[in-house]
Amino acid sequence: MSINRREFLKFAGLTIAGVGLSATNPFFRNSTEAIQVSPMPEALKAKRWAMVIDIRKFKTEDDYKRVIEACHSIHNVPNFGNPKDEIKWIWTEDYEHAFPGQENPYLPESLKHKPFILLCNHCENPPCVRVCPTKATFKRPDGIVMQDMHRCIGCRFCMAACPYGARSFNYRNPRPFIKEPNPEYPSRMIGVVEKCTFCTERLDKGLMPACVEKSNGAMIFGDLSDPNSEVRKVLSQHYSIRRKQELGTQPGVFYIIGGDENAG
Amino acid sequence: MYDGGKIIFGIIIFLAIVTFPFYSNIGKAVTKPDPKLDTPEIKKLTEKKCVESKEFMRAEHMKLLNQWRDSVVRERNRIYTSSEGRLYQMSLQNTCMKCHSNKKKFCDECHKYADVNPYCWDCHLQPKESES
Amino acid sequence: MLDKALTGSRRYWTWVLVLLAFIGVGFLFYLKQFSYGLGLTGLSRDVSWGFYISQFTFLVGVAASAVMLVIPYYLHDYKKFGKIVILGEFLAVAAVTMCILFIFVDMGQPMRILNVILHPTPNSILFWDTIVLSGYLLLNIIIGWTTLESDRYQVAPPSWVKPLIYISIPWAISIHTVTAFIYAGLPGRHFWLTAIMAARFLASAFASGPALLILMSMLVRNLTKFDPGREQIQAIGKIVTYAMSANVFFFLLEIFTAFYSRIPGHMSSFEYLFVGLEGHGRLVPLMWTSAVLAVFSLILLINPATRKNERTLAVAAAAVFISLWIDKGFGLIVGGFVPNMFERVTEYWPTLPETFITLGVWAMGFLILTILYKVAVGVREETAGIETEH
Repeated sequence: MSINRREFLKFAGLTIAGVGLSATNPFFRNSTEAIQVSPMPEALKAKRWAMVIDIRKFKTEDDYKRVIEACHSIHNVPNFGNPKDEIKWIWTEDYEHAFPGQENPYLPESLKHKPFILLCNHCENPPCVRVCPTKATFKRPDGIVMQDMHRCIGCRFCMAACPYGARSFNYRNPRPFIKEPNPEYPSRMIGVVEKCTFCTERLDKGLMPACVEKSNGAMIFGDLSDPNSEVRKVLSQHYSIRRKQELGTQPGVFYIIGGDENAG
Repeated sequence: MYDGGKIIFGIIIFLAIVTFPFYSNIGKAVTKPDPKLDTPEIKKLTEKKCVESKEFMRAEHMKLLNQWRDSVVRERNRIYTSSEGRLYQMSLQNTCMKCHSNKKKFCDECHKYADVNPYCWDCHLQPKESES
Repeated sequence: MLDKALTGSRRYWTWVLVLLAFIGVGFLFYLKQFSYGLGLTGLSRDVSWGFYISQFTFLVGVAASAVMLVIPYYLHDYKKFGKIVILGEFLAVAAVTMCILFIFVDMGQPMRILNVILHPTPNSILFWDTIVLSGYLLLNIIIGWTTLESDRYQVAPPSWVKPLIYISIPWAISIHTVTAFIYAGLPGRHFWLTAIMAARFLASAFASGPALLILMSMLVRNLTKFDPGREQIQAIGKIVTYAMSANVFFFLLEIFTAFYSRIPGHMSSFEYLFVGLEGHGRLVPLMWTSAVLAVFSLILLINPATRKNERTLAVAAAAVFISLWIDKGFGLIVGGFVPNMFERVTEYWPTLPETFITLGVWAMGFLILTILYKVAVGVREETAGIETEH
């Protein structure tokens, strides 16, 4: 039988497409057998991790530095030395810039210039998770908004979506800028987004987040869904605010501001 | 042949490019990869066993590491039960590299030979190589 | 038909060579960016999207403009557009290709881009953007090529093209709506959090794309034997007039809401763009240029005498294109990031490597446009005088 060139090309193309598609068929791929995994027995469990920052207990510059250093050193956060490429998981801002939209020109003077500790709020309703096209940033069942650096394609949509400016991007290779690498934790590579993870690697081993541990009680961490947790206790005793509450993100970081006791 | 000169010239260029990998490697001997297992940490072990058998690891360590990665990062499970029932922490830096602390003489041997470039160590810190 | 792009005058090949040179330089700079990281650009922790994403946003609009020729011809039987619908479709192909390239060069880990397909995330707008952009590219390539080839052999196009053409109409609207949704759904950025974002995008798309088409048609008429037609250019001119009027009107609506409500979050980005904020005002001259050009173009377009005169129409079209390029290219994206989430100002300006990579991608788009237009014009010149119906 005779076949003309057009018919042949159509047939060949379909064959190649068919073979190519069959490669994606899970039936033909090597099936990955499920491996046996389990959580560490000492892992801390919760339904909704949250943090209360009692700003009255931050008194000296060292209080802030200790907490920030704790996080940035064990997580191999680089220091590029310029604000353009800056990466920070936890940092300070004054009241006016930490809580824009709640300006108050008649705040106690001591509070106007007092630095506040800012970090990822691990929102209940996180816009960053909503926009991530690869689920590289995702919400864990225990309420933590986690970052999978292996999957991140560096599109930075999450950075645009985050109302709190909590995320940083590796605009350069971070390795040469890590002061003293912690050999027990990886760094990141260029082109991925990173942020505070509420120290999941420590929680999974039964430890409190590094900043909480070094804060000498100024930062309280616990399970919001447990009515007997310390965070619930502290929240029930003091008035607290969260950043940009009107956006409906339900942040998991609460701030106890106090008043004049911040002076001195 | 119409435009024969250009065609023959083009064919010669094509052949030169296509055979480049072959003639550029004439005379170079490629040694069989020889991953070394004589790190100080392995020497200290009483039972010289990896997480799984050598044959399994050689064929499947890439897939296993991917599964470990998804399990730890996305599912919070950090303990691996090996096929022999032993428990391990699923971590490249803190488990695998603790014994295989010589990346250049172990990991890189086969990777260089197979010309693969896993980017694990762009993030995961590799242990300081000891002179062994 | 691609062979039509392989023969050309000296002027044609010089133009192609110039484009290739820009592409080459852009590629070399991209290699540098790939190894050093996106730190080579002017992007920062506060302004995390800049020139590349803004070019992408602008070009999605240009791409959607093909529908402004398709709707009158296929839905309302405006036969006059028959000969030039192909120009719109091929412009869409070039523009969408540029969009995809701009997203690629902007990505931190472009090698992982398949993750978007391997881990589909329907709640992410970027996922849908990938789908609609790729779909629109495919649609226009298939429709354009098939109808052009049918024209060449003076046969009716195959029947399966018609449904594709009808699908391409809502699809064109969707690509720009989805792109607008990237911005309009983010709770933290009040400059973008407005329902009119999608409408503004569409209005500016239907102004900028057809404006470019007017200029391209005049160029084609001057450089080749194919004349798109005076009446056709006038019709496109009317479309640009209405779209640009709507666009400027929508912009003024935004200004009203921001400045009558006097909510700082709504006002601050406009203040930064047009008068400067906290002593920073790098974009102010650019934004006022855009505003002046917009008004100037409207004066030329609305006045029938200057619209009917093709010289002034060309000036107006160029003014529309440049004004909207500045508005989308600098104003919209950078404005969303300034001031940042702490109400501090970090300015942004593209660096030299960033500019050359951008020029390289534009050159790539223009190369594709040149090749496709050469093919289309070649077919039109070949079949000149023969009426085709489709």
